[in-house]
Amino acid sequence: MRAWFHQHVQSFRTTWVRLAQSPLSSALNVLVIGVALALPLGAYALLINMQRIAGPLAAAPEMSVFMAADAAPADIAAVATALKAAPAAAKSRFVPRDQALAELKKAEGMGDILASLQSNPLPDAYVIELAGKDPLAAEALGRDLAKLPKVAHVQLDSAFIRRLDALLGLARIAVFVLASLLSVGLVAVTFNTIRLQILTLRDEIEVSKLIGATNAFIRRPFFYLGILQGGLGGVTALAILALAGWLMNVEIARLAATYGSDFHLQSLRWGDAASFLVFAAGLGWTGAYLSVSKHLWQIEPR
Amino acid sequence: MADPKTASPAPAAAQTPAISFSNVSKRYPGGYEALTAVSFDVAPGELVFISGHSGAGKSTLLKLVPAIERASAGTVLVNGQNVSAMKRGAIPYLRRNLGLIFQDQKLLNDRSAFDNVLLPLQLSGSAPAEAARRARAALDKVGLLAREKAIPITLSGGEQQRLCIARAIVNRPGVLLADEPTASLDAEYAAEIMAMFKSFHDVGVTVLIATHDRALIEQHRAQGARVLHLDHGRLAAEGVGA
Repeated sequence: MRAWFHQHVQSFRTTWVRLAQSPLSSALNVLVIGVALALPLGAYALLINMQRIAGPLAAAPEMSVFMAADAAPADIAAVATALKAAPAAAKSRFVPRDQALAELKKAEGMGDILASLQSNPLPDAYVIELAGKDPLAAEALGRDLAKLPKVAHVQLDSAFIRRLDALLGLARIAVFVLASLLSVGLVAVTFNTIRLQILTLRDEIEVSKLIGATNAFIRRPFFYLGILQGGLGGVTALAILALAGWLMNVEIARLAATYGSDFHLQSLRWGDAASFLVFAAGLGWTGAYLSVSKHLWQIEPR
Repeated sequence: MADPKTASPAPAAAQTPAISFSNVSKRYPGGYEALTAVSFDVAPGELVFISGHSGAGKSTLLKLVPAIERASAGTVLVNGQNVSAMKRGAIPYLRRNLGLIFQDQKLLNDRSAFDNVLLPLQLSGSAPAEAARRARAALDKVGLLAREKAIPITLSGGEQQRLCIARAIVNRPGVLLADEPTASLDAEYAAEIMAMFKSFHDVGVTVLIATHDRALIEQHRAQGARVLHLDHGRLAAEGVGA
């Protein structure tokens, strides 16, 4: 147990010494891995922020029913009765045309335009919160409501939601493909780094084998190197992302302010960042493992 | 593969031989036969010379003991363990009990003399303080303690050979194997190195030395050392002085 501990400490020290022996190329390797990882990670972070915007929209699909301008109170009441009977409609709210106009006047820049109008162009409307997310039930309800007298238009907001959802799905796949490709790249970079290391350390490996080093002892520093390089690359990627996020947030805050919003990009959660680092270190280990399995057996003392 | 007759320990000896070859042949890829049906035993604590011209198979014979090469036929036993049938994973532990002194020394020039001697202890997982103490003791024994910080390539030929010996003995092995340890040294250094081997032999270490130096062999044969003479891969004559 103690011997095992000393061997690991020794291996780890060896790894650091080897990294420090060629600081520039080690730093460049880490930077390459960091940049390669920052791309999919950045895309993932953007995606998460998109979902944050889209989330509340997708959570509560709404339907709007606009009455004809000449609808009588009886027609309006008929819609209300139909809505109470329909299980697909969870809640409904009647927005009279006067109230709609008043709300619109409050919106920035609209007051002047509306003031120039001679009469209220807005119809009476119902805003309906749907019970489920089933698009078929929503469409059926929409069809039924449209058949009622003096119903001018039924607007189902879920069409937009579905498009947004499909777009987000597409973006997710794009991020996944990008991440997969760059992961393979990271494994390849590590593979090559370790291969060069093994060639450089040929003498040491041969002598170590001659005087009784186990294969595990010889392999260990290379595994550590792969893990360290992947992990440091991951840290670099997180740093790049934090910097980029900080720079973008300055502009986004200005943009959001013009919409009266305090929206800003959120950085990754700690859990996400931690699992990302583990993943990056794991990729480094994979590259080291493949390289060591491929190259180490070729060095046998003669 | 193992022949039951040869695998059993020698009946006459009370002790297991430190090294035992029975009918060992070594054929290299390409058909060159370096050793043919070699059989001999080395008792624990014995000092044995292997003589012969270059190309007679001395290096091959020494390489069979730590399983650097594997026998094509026959059995090699080290302390009763069958090396020729040993699993790859067990070989490192076999080598830790052997002190190897190579013809080309195999010192690492990217580190100090001290670190070269430390290496065998590091890979067996010794505690750092204890390892450093033992490495210094080994350097002291070969008279190189003052040069512990030197890079091996800056040492003289004799010093490099002594450093190689320090690395071989730092693990306190029971068996020392030396391939032409005095080949590139002048007579004075050679005598110094040989005296060192003699002192290890005196404290009970089994020592096996391959050399083509006739004068050296005759001198030690006179003092009672055993000489195995190899001629074109065959064991020609055994001269037992004692």
